[in-house]
Amino acid sequence: MAAAGITDARERASVENAAPLLVVDGVTLQYKTDQHLVTATWQVSFEVYAGERYVLLGPSGCGKTTLLKAIAGFMMPVGGSITLAGKTIERPGPDRMMVFQEFDQLLPWRTVLGNVTFPLLVNRRMPRKQAEEHARSLLDKVNLTRFADAHPHMLSGGMKQRVAIARALAMEPAVLLMDEPFAALDALTRRKMQEELVALWEEVRFTVIFVTHSIEEALLIGSRILVLSPHPGRVKAELNANHLGPADVGTPAFDKLQRDIHDLLFTDKIETDKPEAGHG
Amino acid sequence: MAERISTSSVPLPPIRPERRITLDVMGTVGDVARPLAPFERMANITAVRRLFVLVVLAVAWEGYARWAGNSLLFPSLTETLQAFWEAAVDGPLIQRTLNSMRVLAAGYAIGLLLAAVFTTVAVSTRIGTDLLSTLTAMFNPLPAIALLPLALLWFGLGAQSLIFVIIHSVLWAVALNTHSGFTSVSQTLRMAGQNVGLRGLSYVILLLVPAAFPSILTGLKIGWAFAWRTLIAAELVFGASSRSGGLGWFIFENRNQLEIPSVFAGLLTVILIGLFVESVVFRSIENVTVKRWGMQS
Repeated sequence: MAAAGITDARERASVENAAPLLVVDGVTLQYKTDQHLVTATWQVSFEVYAGERYVLLGPSGCGKTTLLKAIAGFMMPVGGSITLAGKTIERPGPDRMMVFQEFDQLLPWRTVLGNVTFPLLVNRRMPRKQAEEHARSLLDKVNLTRFADAHPHMLSGGMKQRVAIARALAMEPAVLLMDEPFAALDALTRRKMQEELVALWEEVRFTVIFVTHSIEEALLIGSRILVLSPHPGRVKAELNANHLGPADVGTPAFDKLQRDIHDLLFTDKIETDKPEAGHG
Repeated sequence: MAERISTSSVPLPPIRPERRITLDVMGTVGDVARPLAPFERMANITAVRRLFVLVVLAVAWEGYARWAGNSLLFPSLTETLQAFWEAAVDGPLIQRTLNSMRVLAAGYAIGLLLAAVFTTVAVSTRIGTDLLSTLTAMFNPLPAIALLPLALLWFGLGAQSLIFVIIHSVLWAVALNTHSGFTSVSQTLRMAGQNVGLRGLSYVILLLVPAAFPSILTGLKIGWAFAWRTLIAAELVFGASSRSGGLGWFIFENRNQLEIPSVFAGLLTVILIGLFVESVVFRSIENVTVKRWGMQS
């Protein structure tokens, strides 16, 4: 099943029948540094449907992380709007749980289990006992059953990220936001985590927006890929990758899409540099 | 091609056979972890090493005092312990200590409360931050004991004056450390907290306070040390009505009567309480909090 493409086409809703879950409409984002007012993205529009693994892909400086932060509600767009299920996003909230790149996103004073139950208890989603059961079942899913009572500082980087994923999924968010969650991991662990994430999606079926600068990671994880150009971030292309998964690495289809995206991202460079033959 | 490379001083490496090993035929390697020898384990316990230092110091004290042979100026350890025992059993030492502790607890508690209010104001507004920074910059270098004459004028001879100077010595140390702890909480952790839906007071209590706990604990320790010293010093300065006097008063009183072993016994009590709070109370708080959380090695 996985080799042939991840989801059976029969399960798919047609685009005409389904309504988008998240609508990003002409969003311009700016932030201030001490000296400059930086425009991170310029009139970016896209839609995310429920159940999609939506990847924001681009080189550094294309505003993909800023875009994700705006969806999370940490900053407001200067122009355009972001709506989740018809409601404009105004502030951070647990319906958009976020997994960060940094390992210190876990609360060091709570155990692994305590970290996963934390959002459930803070939001009074369920009583403590039920929350713990729920958290344990999620820790099972990310293969951390044995570490439920450990404190985060005793875990490896990959395990910390798995706790963060379990914590985010425990809230059953409308959309899961992931900001380069595997970028700080070593290459072997990263590949394993990518495969696990796709497997987890197969099992749980959540909506995820995933930020990365790695074309390969985008193809492995994404069902749809938004390619952004840098300075400021603008939409360059929106591609389908749902026929590709971790099992397809090295196949001609995988390599071709990878090369296509590579060319998309680097054409600007060739135009500004002197023309070079043999590239693109 | 090979000839061109051979000009280098390093020869080309030989091509060697590959190795593939099946791990389950390797046999046992021996113990993966072996326990240390008893002596090594003992030497790793801080309490044991500290006790050793204490014993050496006690022996040195006793030896010097006997050699000097002047119990009026420098009583020996045994004389001091004897005076300590007498003062504790029949004398006023315990009552005096309790008086001191009661005043200290009141001052410390009020100091912490004010520090909490100050830092909450400071984290929520920018002008609050400026207010706290300015006040701590002004009052932190000012020894609390220097305010005692003024306090005596305002509050008279009694516990209020003592509490006032204790508050002064606790407040700034705790507020300063707590605030710097709050500001050094990582951006990621802050965003993780807001993402979960924490806002306002719940954000401060459930996220900032535990995240800044190492700094807060440092502030509490510094505040305690300041308060304890200030209190003893203040009690030495003014002879409160002798019935409600504290440890400092006990020391002063006995010096006036040239009961030098009792003076030493009073000093010993000051040290013992200081040691107990530092190495039992605060140490055990550390062990169940910041050490367990891996926030301090």
